[in-house]
Amino acid sequence: MTTSWVVLVAAVVVLGAGTFAFRYAGPVLRERVTLSPEVERLVGIGAVVLLAALVATTALTADGSPAGVARPAGVAVGGVLAWRRAPFVLVVVAAAGVAAALRALGVP
Amino acid sequence: MRSIWRTIRSSPGLGRDIGLVCAADAVVGLSFGAIAVGAGLPVWLPMLLSLVVFAGAAQFMFVGLVASGGNPVAAVVAGLLVNARHLPFGFAVGDVLGRGWRRVAGSHVMMDESVAFALAQPDPARRRAAYWSVGIGVFVCWNLGVLVGAFGGTVVTDTDRFGLDAAFPAVLLALVLPSLRDRATRWSAVAGAVIALVTTPFLPAGLPVLLALAGVIMVAITARRSAPSEVAR
Repeated sequence: MTTSWVVLVAAVVVLGAGTFAFRYAGPVLRERVTLSPEVERLVGIGAVVLLAALVATTALTADGSPAGVARPAGVAVGGVLAWRRAPFVLVVVAAAGVAAALRALGVP
Repeated sequence: MRSIWRTIRSSPGLGRDIGLVCAADAVVGLSFGAIAVGAGLPVWLPMLLSLVVFAGAAQFMFVGLVASGGNPVAAVVAGLLVNARHLPFGFAVGDVLGRGWRRVAGSHVMMDESVAFALAQPDPARRRAAYWSVGIGVFVCWNLGVLVGAFGGTVVTDTDRFGLDAAFPAVLLALVLPSLRDRATRWSAVAGAVIALVTTPFLPAGLPVLLALAGVIMVAITARRSAPSEVAR
């Protein structure tokens, strides 16, 4: 580790400032423009699409490669429970539990 | 803040659900602190990152790149790319933040979980209450977790053993599922997920999820199918 602490602090501050700018820009832009009901609906759908894409990529891939079996299986069990309207806590605990149990059995 | 607390208490199960997500994020924070220090980075780095950046995926990526001797500029660019999704998120939930200092604080605690919880609520009061309690709750738990992990060392470094890597997508999936009852939303989400999955092996992290936004095109396609009379005209 050769990077000096000054460089590290600067890097963290730049990353923090840039991330904050992304977060702050949405609410500010939203206030400046008047959206028709149709566009308003598209924006809401866009947020759901982003979250769905996050679910797909975090459930099925790890560092750009397939994520093995245990994690997708856990998420799938959680998904079925959520679809059957099981309580949120049960969904999350079952997803983690199935993935952990499969790994304990040696499943990747 | 008092009205937020009252709304949470009057919504059955919501406080418990939010508490569970906070607890899970605290454990991941614990591992983040331990992993960063274990990789040879100074104790203050994971804590500073968690306070200033407050975005799990980008923090893990930053620490991974810097610890392996990567260029800090590249680590910043990679982290920014992963965090760019907050712009469309803020556009969608911006109305729950308010103005002035509330907007500044509310923007800083914007993340996947607070946005997903807000979108899953049936009315504006609960949207606001869910967004703020997830945001503040996870901010506190995450930073405490990182603090303990950075000093405590190797208590929890492998959260995969507890299946926490499956818990995160399951949380988002459970919150998003009710929105998928709407046909246009469902097909847009499916298209977006496919786009993200297909492009993931070839693109840097963060970009596939942004490209998924193109899935919104499905709204126009499904609308045309469900209204054939308009096409004929």
